[in-house]
Formats: sequence, C-alpha cells, structure tokens
Amino acid sequence: MTSVLRIEHGAVAFSGRPVLRDLSLIVHTGDVLAILGANGSGKSTLIRAALGLVPLSDGSVELFETPLRRFRQWRRIGYVPQRMGAGSGVPATVREVVAAGRLGKRGFLRPPGARDRKAVHDAIAMVGLGSRAKDPVATLSGGQQQRTLIARALAGEPDLLVLDEPTAGVDAASQEAFAHALRVFVDGGGTVVLVAHELGPLRPVVTRAVVVHDGVIAHDGPVPEPAGHHADPDHDHVHPHAPDHGEGFWGTR
Amino acid sequence: MDLFERALLGVLITGLVAPSLGIYLVQRRMSLIGDGIGHIALTGVGLGLLTSTQPVLMAVIVATLGSIAVELVRSRGRTSGDMALAILFYGGISGGVFLVGLAPGKSNANLMAYLFGSPLTTTEDDLIVMAVLGAIVLLVTLGLRPWLFAICQDEEYAKVSGLPVRLLNLLLAVMAAVTVTVAMRAVGLLLVSALMVVPVAAAQQLSRGFAGTMLLSMLGGVGAGAGGFFLSLRLDTGTGATVVLTAIALFVLMVLAGPLLRRRKRVSNGSAGEPPEWVLEG
Repeated sequence: MTSVLRIEHGAVAFSGRPVLRDLSLIVHTGDVLAILGANGSGKSTLIRAALGLVPLSDGSVELFETPLRRFRQWRRIGYVPQRMGAGSGVPATVREVVAAGRLGKRGFLRPPGARDRKAVHDAIAMVGLGSRAKDPVATLSGGQQQRTLIARALAGEPDLLVLDEPTAGVDAASQEAFAHALRVFVDGGGTVVLVAHELGPLRPVVTRAVVVHDGVIAHDGPVPEPAGHHADPDHDHVHPHAPDHGEGFWGTR
Repeated sequence: MDLFERALLGVLITGLVAPSLGIYLVQRRMSLIGDGIGHIALTGVGLGLLTSTQPVLMAVIVATLGSIAVELVRSRGRTSGDMALAILFYGGISGGVFLVGLAPGKSNANLMAYLFGSPLTTTEDDLIVMAVLGAIVLLVTLGLRPWLFAICQDEEYAKVSGLPVRLLNLLLAVMAAVTVTVAMRAVGLLLVSALMVVPVAAAQQLSRGFAGTMLLSMLGGVGAGAGGFFLSLRLDTGTGATVVLTAIALFVLMVLAGPLLRRRKRVSNGSAGEPPEWVLEG
C-alpha cells in the first residue's frame, strides 16, 4: 500500500513553545482518517505542518512519497481551511471562489476548457449549492460558506482531501451535505484527512481515528467508542431532562 | 492632437487602468498601499529632476523597488511591518522633496505638478509612455485575473494549490508601481490611490461578483475621469482633485442607489429574499 502522507518525528514550536512533539503518522491510500483532540491539542497544526503551511522544527514530512520540499504535485491535494480567507473586501460569487480550486489542475495561464467548467459546476452541485452559484459568498450562511470551500477543493479532482474542522459551528443541513460529498469522494477512491472536534454525521464515513493530546498521538485505530462527544473535554452538553437529576423540575416525581 | 485631447486621453487611461489594479489591493484589504507607493515614487521624480533624466523613468524604477520592498514586508507578516511601511513611505516623500530642492532650476510648481497632477502639460511622448505602460498593466490585471484573484482571496489556499504565489505577489507589486507612474501625470502621486480604490468601492455597491466589480469599476473610473476633467475645465479647478471628487460623488450615489437597484432586481427574479434556513442544534 502506498503512503499518501508520512510524518516522521515531526515537531512544531511557536516562538519556543512546543505544539507538536516527536509525532509520527502514516496515512495510506483509501484511509478516511479523523484527527481528533481538544482545542489547543495541536491537531490543526498537525495538518498545517503536513501541507507546509507551518514549518517543522524537527522531523520530516512526505506527501505521496516525496519529501515536502521537493513536492510539486499540489493539484493532487484538495485543502479545505477552517474559514473563508480573510481577504474578501470585494464581493465574489460562489462560482468564482470554487473556480479558484480548479487553477492547480488547469495549469498556469491556460484558459478554462469545457472539462474545467464542468468540474466547477459539478463540485457546486455536489455540495447542494447549485441554486446559489451566482450569489456572493458573503450572503451565504456560515455552513454554506463552508460548503463552498469543500466544493473549491473538490473542483480540482484531488486524490487527497485535507479538511480543517469542516463541521465546526455548521448547521445540520450543511453537515449532511458535507457527509454526502465526502462519501461520494471516498467511493471514488479518494483519501481523506480531516481534523474534527466532533464527528457528527461524518462518523460513518471515517475508517480510522487518531487522537492528538498534548502534541503527541494518544490513540491510533478505530474511532474511540466510549470517548464519544459526551466525553469530550470541551463538551458542554446540558441534560435538563435526564433521569439522574434526582428530583423533577417541579420537585416531586 | 491638441493640448486638451492629450490631457483627456491621459486622464481616461488612468481611469481605466487604476481600478483594474486597485481591485486586488482592495480585495486584500490593503487599499492604502497605492498611496504609499505614490509617496515612494516621488523620490524617483526627485532623482530624475536632479540628474536631468526622465522623471517618469526614474519614478517607475524607484516605485518598483519600493513596491517590492512593501511586498516583502507584507509577505513576512511581521507585526513591526506597519512601522517599516510608515518609515518607507515618509522617507519616500521627504526624499523626493529634498532631491527636487537640490535640483537646478527648482520650483515648487514642478513639485506640485507631480504631487497633484497636471494633465494639461501632457506631451505626446508622455502619452505614448502612459499608453504602453497602461496596456501592460491591463494585460496582467485582466489576463491573470483568476490567478491574482486566487492569491488575493485566500493566499494560503493558493499556496497549497501549487500556484506560483511569490511570483504573482511580486508581479502584482510591480504592476502597482507601474500604475502609480501611469497615473502620476493625470491625478498626481498623492491622489493616485483614490482612483485605484474609489471606483472599486462604488462598483461593489451594485455588483455581486469579482469579475462584475472589476468591469464596473473600470467603467466608473473612465466615467469619473471624463466627468471630472470637463468639470475642472469649466470651474478652472485642479483636474486630479476634481476627478477624485467626481469618483467620490459616484460612490455616494451608488451607496444611495444600491439598495433600490438590488430590490428591483430581486423582485424581477421573482424570489423575495432568502429562503428561511433551519439551523438545528447538532
């Protein structure tokens, strides 16, 4: 089996403070890997380091069996950041943003062909935004903007999809649209690495989970069962109707 | 071609070219960078007058160097970058005034012409230089639109998609410098930035997408250029300032008219606003 991503003894520090410490990870073709962990555990830093957006202070990263420094086949990677980029002082339509995801595949200075246009159109339809293609992204809800970003990544027809907290603060309809798009991508033979706080509707798609704790990998294997979202350290779920309340709200039960 | 035709043509070229570049600066939320590059270009003008070479040529060279320096500061993303830019910009304008002072046959009128524009002094040679440089800028801003859009909209994403981000950033910086020089004669170094930014601000009151904003802003730039030019002849006021004020008037008009036009469009589309979206708790 070929490796899509290999991190060996990776370490990252921000102004002297270690965020990742001696972390090793191999992602194989066809894996649907969830990187779980509390806020501040370093899980987002892990994928940002894997993509070369954050420099390693130690260790090495290989993408598609090529050292990061010599890696040039970026069109094989579809990246979905946490949020829409900060630079959006000028309105842009959903289609314009998604079309930017096709540029790597299309080649520098090449005009778009019929295939490029179809890929952009299909990616928008896949996340259920077909009717919003000509609307400015600023008028979409947070979940729809997030869907625009996954469509942008899919438009390049990548082999590896890397998603940074795709479902954080996203409405239920968008989470379902997300899960659907991921399933179609995985069925087509794609590999996925996603950072998540809670899996929600993405859970059935995930085949392997890694838990990052304090800059190292604390678990690698199936999605940890008992550590469902209720056991999550940051989980803040209130159960006003739960039986262990002892007394009912009205005092007698 | 007579004096007035040359002047008008120069103003129109500026009105067309400046917003096509400025839209990328606005998209990056760096609307004021053009102003800074204008400051730096003045040192080039001073050098040109001092050494009796073409001030325009020296302005292009110095503005380009300054623009690249600005880009390097920006791409490093240092918190001290803000201060570095301030020193660069004020150094640029002081250097210009200082060098003009050393130049033989110094005159404040000369300085004023470069700072605030003097389209009526446009020579045929000036016009040719403006047209050629303007065409180069348009070739880049229109021809590379998808790529420049990508780096300005989400630079990190562009990096991960394998686009030549550093090259595109430098190209954009150099084009900003060239645009400043093109506009120098028509509106002056201190008002260049206004024509890069104000037509874009006006256009986005009406437009929905990036391409539409770009087209509208170029139309607006040309319109404000022509309107301001004739108004300045009539009122005998400074052309650069009158053109900029016309552009600002256009902006205010669009701010007022935008909601009305949008409402009419929505009604004609047959859909009254957004469909309600249920936000369920996960």
